[in-house]
Amino acid sequence: MQNFQGVGVSPGRIIGSVRQMPKPVSEPPSGERLAADVSPEDAVAGLKAAAQAVHDELKGRADSASGDGKAVLEATALMAKDTMLLKSASKLIAAGSSAERAIWEAGASVSEMLHNLGGYMAERATDVLDVRARIVAELRGVSAPGIPASDTPFILVAEDLAPADTATLNPAVVQALVTSGGGPQSHTAIIARSLGLPAVVAAHGVDDIADGTEVYVDGAAGFVAVSPADEHRAAATAWAETSATLAEFDGNGTTADGHLVPLLANVGGAKDAVAAAALGAQGVGLFRTEFCFLERDTEPSVDEQAAAYKAVFDAFPGKKVVLRTLDAGADKPLPFLTDATEPNPALGVRGYRTDFTTPGVLERQLEAIARAASESEADVWVMAPMISTAAEAGRFASLCAAAGIQTPGVMVEVPSAALTAATVLREVGFASLGTNDLTQYAMAADRQLGPLAELNTPWQPAVLRLVQLTVEGAEQESSGREGSAKPVGVCGEAAADPALAVVLTGLGVTTLSMTARSLAAVGTVLKTVTLEQAQELATLALSAPSATEARDWVRAKLPVLEELGL
Amino acid sequence: MPERTATIASRSGLHARPAALFAEAAGEQPVEVSIAMQGEPADDALDAASILSLMTLGAAKGDVVVLRAEGDGADAALDALVKLLETDLDAE
Repeated sequence: MQNFQGVGVSPGRIIGSVRQMPKPVSEPPSGERLAADVSPEDAVAGLKAAAQAVHDELKGRADSASGDGKAVLEATALMAKDTMLLKSASKLIAAGSSAERAIWEAGASVSEMLHNLGGYMAERATDVLDVRARIVAELRGVSAPGIPASDTPFILVAEDLAPADTATLNPAVVQALVTSGGGPQSHTAIIARSLGLPAVVAAHGVDDIADGTEVYVDGAAGFVAVSPADEHRAAATAWAETSATLAEFDGNGTTADGHLVPLLANVGGAKDAVAAAALGAQGVGLFRTEFCFLERDTEPSVDEQAAAYKAVFDAFPGKKVVLRTLDAGADKPLPFLTDATEPNPALGVRGYRTDFTTPGVLERQLEAIARAASESEADVWVMAPMISTAAEAGRFASLCAAAGIQTPGVMVEVPSAALTAATVLREVGFASLGTNDLTQYAMAADRQLGPLAELNTPWQPAVLRLVQLTVEGAEQESSGREGSAKPVGVCGEAAADPALAVVLTGLGVTTLSMTARSLAAVGTVLKTVTLEQAQELATLALSAPSATEARDWVRAKLPVLEELGL
Repeated sequence: MPERTATIASRSGLHARPAALFAEAAGEQPVEVSIAMQGEPADDALDAASILSLMTLGAAKGDVVVLRAEGDGADAALDALVKLLETDLDAE
């Protein structure tokens, strides 16, 4: 029996059969020539056969798909044997290029042409690149890139997943995710939590597990076992039962002694919002507005934005919806707003900072938000991402006031904002801790890097201390005026970890916002502790010398976690 | 060379699903069919069976295009394709 230890990022215990995600197709070397013993005619014939095979495979998938997915797959299938693409590749082959390099270059120029046309055509540019990669894989005789197409359920093992993989990940077939790279804040972790799939990341060595191998995955413990033992089978069976009881949240976030901690949802659009409301979310703690902007060449109109925002607000009438203004840059580039050539994009012009270089976009977004808010019954709060100073907070508050937005706030992701929380909060009505970026910046560790996974966890005592400083800043700010301290919520992935949710509550955080799938687990665990116990656990975690000890010490005091398999 | 003009009827223009359906139908014809925007030289006409060419053509609803083909069955092929272009394929 062979075991692998990684980092557990989404709970669940399951046994299944492994399918490895094929490696991305590498670019054929520039200038690669046709082999001496292959005639151009044969190379063109080989290319056409490969293109036909890719077409047939995609067409087969289109036939079993439905709706929008079907239309996209049908169009992509046609691209595979497109005469324009193949003729331009054939010309390159006639001039001596290898078939792989020829289709690679032909695909690149067609893709660029579509990209330059903008709009719908630009969105199809990536489909051409996907087709090109599939044809090269076919020519090389290796598996097509992307998540394997399969009707039988499997455990997906990959180096890491990209945001684009979410679209092709069918949660009815993929039972769990295991990656050799990535960290607790990686896209794999976020995708897994949003789909409710057990997941282990940074599990070194799993790339060598053969397809079809039976493995046991414990997404809470971060453990993967090849040839599962009887105890693993029992644990997987028990999880199947408890997970059913953990699927429902009663819509009342509270400690055992009645200290209320509203549990909110992170959403990225109307569909998410409706699903979150159905899962009992007490509001929205993070409404990401990027969906309106991503994959576009130009800014959406105020009307278009207002309609999209209203659709989310309408899912929560009478409840709080905290909207985050556009957070572009770093891993979310936008052609009309961010500079892709920055040497260090995580420290670059991103989030609120894009207003420095492209003023106007933020003001138009605030106008759209105010309009949508006035037409809906939700209690709309608006916060800016990547605020570093009180002056920025003040300017954002005045922009909100000018647009007619009542409750401006800030995200606390940059350590400087946590350290100066009292003065920052003097300018705005609330703060929300974005623990993913706060951790990345506090630990100076890129959240996508597997080797830094140990640094990149919100269990780091330094990160917890920054959370505490933010809460203390809010209390200090309120001491000079009438009324209670301004709310400090958490909307990072940390809030979805039931043990960490208890610690955050103990630190004085007022609301927890997470992917809706985690609401029930967090709510269940929170109800087992009193506020005083939560405070003791927070003190314990803060005193730990390392993230691992902080996590282990707290988990040892919360036996309910092991009982529930969380 | 036989040719026909047709007015694009699909709401989304000759993009997406209408383009896929049209390219597929053009590919099934016994003759090679070209497509160009009305008023553009025949030399610049694109292959009607290429979905990528159709997408770069960028024909919107209401635009008039010219279809050309030569050889046995050219007239029948053009008639069938004109009919397809003048149907709102988005409505189906």
